[in-house]
Amino acid sequence: MENLIGLLVLVPLLGAGVLLCGGRRLDSSAPWIGTLLAALSFVIGAVLFAGMLGRDGEDRELGTTVFSWVPVGDFRADVGFQLDQLSMTFVLLITGVGSLIHLYSIGYMAHDERRRRFFGYLNLFLAAMLLLVVADNYLLLYVGWEGVGLASYLLIGFWQHKPSAATAAKKAFLVNRVGDVGLSIAIMLMFTTFGTFAFGPVLEGADRAGEGKLTAIGLVLLLAACGKSAQVPLQSWLGDAMEGPTPVSALIHAATMVTAGVYLITRSGAIFDGAPDAQTAVVTVGAVTLLFGAIVGCAKDDIKKALAGSTMSQIGYMILAAGLGPIGYAFAIMHLVTHGFFKAGLFLGAGSVMHGMNDEVDMRRYGGLRSYMPVTFVTFGLGYLAIIGFPGLSGFFSKDKIIEAAFAKGGTEGWILGGTALLGAAITAYYMTRVMILTFFGEKRWQPDAAGEPPHPHESPRTMTVPMIVLAFGSVFAGGLFSLNDAFLNWLEPVTGHAEGHSPVTAVQVTAATMVVLFVGVALAWAQYGRAPVPVTAPRGNVLVRAARRDLLQDDVNHIVLVRGGEHLTRSLVYLDHTVVDGVVNGTAASVGGLSGRMRRLQNGFARSYAVSMFGGAAVLVAATLLMRAV
Amino acid sequence: MSFPLLTATAAVPALGAVATAAVPAARRTAAKWLALAFSLATLLLAAVQLVRFDPEAKGPFQLTESHAWIADFGVRYELGVDGIAVVLIALTALLVPFIVLAGWHDADPLETKSTRWRPTQGFFALILMVEAMVVIAFEATDVFLFYIFFEAMLIPMYFLIGGFGDRAGERPEAETATQRSYAAVKFLLYNLVGGLIMLAAVIGLYAVTAHQLGTGTFSLTEIVQARANGELEFATTTERALFLGFFFAFAVKAPLWPLHTWLPNAMGEATAPVAVLITAVVDKVGTFAMLRFCLQLFPEASKWATPVILVLSLISILYGALLAVGQRDIKRLIAYASISHFGFIVLGIFAMTTQGQGGATLYMVNHGISTAALMLVAGFLISRRRSRLIADYGGVQKVAPVLAGTFLVGGLATLSLPGLAPFVSEFLVLVGTFSRYPAVGVIATVGIVLAALYVLVLYQRTMTGPVKEAVRGMPDLRVRELVVVAPLIALLLFLGIYPKPLTQMIDPAVEHTMSQVEKGDPQPDVRVNDVEAAK
Repeated sequence: MENLIGLLVLVPLLGAGVLLCGGRRLDSSAPWIGTLLAALSFVIGAVLFAGMLGRDGEDRELGTTVFSWVPVGDFRADVGFQLDQLSMTFVLLITGVGSLIHLYSIGYMAHDERRRRFFGYLNLFLAAMLLLVVADNYLLLYVGWEGVGLASYLLIGFWQHKPSAATAAKKAFLVNRVGDVGLSIAIMLMFTTFGTFAFGPVLEGADRAGEGKLTAIGLVLLLAACGKSAQVPLQSWLGDAMEGPTPVSALIHAATMVTAGVYLITRSGAIFDGAPDAQTAVVTVGAVTLLFGAIVGCAKDDIKKALAGSTMSQIGYMILAAGLGPIGYAFAIMHLVTHGFFKAGLFLGAGSVMHGMNDEVDMRRYGGLRSYMPVTFVTFGLGYLAIIGFPGLSGFFSKDKIIEAAFAKGGTEGWILGGTALLGAAITAYYMTRVMILTFFGEKRWQPDAAGEPPHPHESPRTMTVPMIVLAFGSVFAGGLFSLNDAFLNWLEPVTGHAEGHSPVTAVQVTAATMVVLFVGVALAWAQYGRAPVPVTAPRGNVLVRAARRDLLQDDVNHIVLVRGGEHLTRSLVYLDHTVVDGVVNGTAASVGGLSGRMRRLQNGFARSYAVSMFGGAAVLVAATLLMRAV
Repeated sequence: MSFPLLTATAAVPALGAVATAAVPAARRTAAKWLALAFSLATLLLAAVQLVRFDPEAKGPFQLTESHAWIADFGVRYELGVDGIAVVLIALTALLVPFIVLAGWHDADPLETKSTRWRPTQGFFALILMVEAMVVIAFEATDVFLFYIFFEAMLIPMYFLIGGFGDRAGERPEAETATQRSYAAVKFLLYNLVGGLIMLAAVIGLYAVTAHQLGTGTFSLTEIVQARANGELEFATTTERALFLGFFFAFAVKAPLWPLHTWLPNAMGEATAPVAVLITAVVDKVGTFAMLRFCLQLFPEASKWATPVILVLSLISILYGALLAVGQRDIKRLIAYASISHFGFIVLGIFAMTTQGQGGATLYMVNHGISTAALMLVAGFLISRRRSRLIADYGGVQKVAPVLAGTFLVGGLATLSLPGLAPFVSEFLVLVGTFSRYPAVGVIATVGIVLAALYVLVLYQRTMTGPVKEAVRGMPDLRVRELVVVAPLIALLLFLGIYPKPLTQMIDPAVEHTMSQVEKGDPQPDVRVNDVEAAK
């Protein structure tokens, strides 16, 4: 059984290796090879899951050490795997949703001449993400962590002939690297504090390390999570990452990558539990991001960017929940899974729309598509209902729990967090309704593409619709299933623990409030976009709208502070290196031995003078030797 | 007497140099094959060293050879290897065949030259000569012996830099020749000055031993032993002065900020294989010598100088990376990246922890391989377009995907992506530094971000985007080029996943060095064992 865990990672990794090194012979079969290997990995996951269900709650964890990786003195890093309920949940989500996205890509990328490479990268993405969640120590997790960064770099920049794609890829990698610094400092701190960075001893010993150390570790772990999960202040890469092909967006936003930060914080629960200040930082980041993303999502006309804002916001919910400690861990993960279903469904739906509309992404140029692409409409619509938290659908259960948990934090903090989460729910209802109306309802506002070709919207091929249908099922039923007898909570409890908070409000009150804000959000969007005709070019909008369209000025700030400042710095350093450093050292040399004059003469390139200088050097040696004899 | 393996490992490339140089002018292809054969024979001997070396064995040095040489001054021909040296010799012997192969056409004579001119023979003979000298410098346990070859390797290097460069593209030949000789002279002068200062210190060392022990000696083992027995004691100022003399020379060679400015010139003007020879092989002698001579001969002074050296290495890390970001020339960019990496190596050495020094040694190996991969592919790229300027490229990925892919892997190794070898060593250096000097460790991590910046900017500007007119029709990697790059990449992957064979070799040697400096590792606050016991 234990050996299967390694296989889980190895299978897609093998796929990546074969596809990337395989050469042109594999071009035609590559999509199927990639998809089958992803599916095989899912099957292995399912087998492990079945085995796990056969054992008791406390006895479900599997662990295995494969080999000793970096043993230097007391520093012992192993390649070892650990599969408990938390990892298992991720494994099923990653391989399940991942396989569906592979399948979808067969149709979506059918006409791309570099699809062999695309599927290789997709497999690499899965392998890295799987390694991240089954590693049994932080250093191996780090390998998966950066592997995910690499895979996203390759996929976001997949159409690298477009400069915008290449730039977006680079940006994603760099911003993630800033987060990675956080993770590496966290590992170093663990090593100096505990003498190890394996999950077991670190998490068990955490309560003896002292709050100061734990807070420090918690804060740098949060920095790492901010990078991968696109939380404020490291959120800027996510919107640009839409430059990648749409299945990539689905993969990044639903099954992999952005969920990594939530995993990291939940996994390191013992550290955060001992560091209340770090937890406050986590919930603050989550709350800020959930509003930030939601506001950005309202202003975007690009369907993928609106969904990206939404992802940022939903991950904000999860980070918020994870920051609440044992009250929230299980709900963070539950929302993560249900979100995985509906966000993947929404992105694949968006891709399907773009597929039918000449790759147009501006929702102001859509409209009335529901009768042209019925399957897309229905599946996308179910995803929409799920994400806004329509009663009975997946998002309803998971988001509601997070809002409850936020109130249960207690005190003023609880009211602020709960209120923010409710406000976020209202905005979510607003922007998602906007997306829905602009795309599928109202007038046709279709425009011919750059080549003058008017769009001929049509339903997508079977390989694309099947995954959308499966995901729609998940969007509808997963939440209900998970909440049946608190099944999900009980499943995770042995790993994450669980505590009930002291909520100032009852669950019914929370649900009622959620329903009210949901209705308000939908109604507002309906009033604005449903009743009045939508202009094809966006109106100028007020200051907030304009700022939100520019992602609340995040790039402008980065540009002024980092990019421009950095350019000045490097440029002046290059100049200084040429003049001052070189000059001073050369000058010193000159004053020592009058070398600079000779240097100039040497440059005339006569072999004779080279020989003289060599001879000179040798002579110095000999003279020194003779001197020694005298001593 | 047993077979003198260490002498043979240095003698074979030296013989190869002579043999290659002697090949008649018309048979230059034969000269290339001959050079390749000799470099492979050296590799074989280095492999035998690795096998014969026993990491478990007692004593600092193995496979030792010792003969009287200049008896009057106590200079002995003393060779021996520890885990650090044996690994670095293997690196050298491994890289040279690739350097030879990569430079196969770099020294083909231009049509206009007369037939008596034999640049090809000279080029390959010089490369082998450098190899021989580097190997013996790694093996020497006699300070004077080491010094001679440390200096002597400047001569073939000088001719390699000054005599062979990239085929001129748009620049006139005369201008490149001027640039080249400027670079070569700068290389020579910097290193000669360093060497002269070291010479003074070497003489000083002799004087001290002669004074205190009665007979002067240059033998590392004897000096270390005499110090341990209390027969030899350095006065504080003497030890510091001697240390500085040695360290200065090694810091020029390594190179450490602010003595680094010769490196970008030299690596920029030399052909790519020679640039690899400089940064991946010759410069390693500098950092190696810090470990072997500075720390072991002058432990007290090493500790005394540590704060300043840590600051200098931090500056090197950040300064080198920032300058790499600002470069417009591919090879100079890689040179500045190397300066940043040498900063990491020196940082690891002077962090005085097992992880720091073990990591630094591993870093020397991994940096050699990763820079070789990146620089050699860059060289293949430059030979196609005949320009070193980043701005002259764009969209290469579209026309030469394999070249672009290998370049990316080389770049990812340079930015220490986990899974590739340099990550292991960089992380060890960082952890090792952090455990003794947390602030220094944290500042050094900024280098990680900057490395991603310069590598990805380089890749983006050269490989992605619309295909530039001048790049159109550029051929992808040829078989010979693939033979050079593929094994390097395989090695980067292998050592990233399974570095244990190397760390096993290095570990005992590092422990020995640490014991000389009498520093133990800092201990964690909460011991794992306690945690387990508490359960």
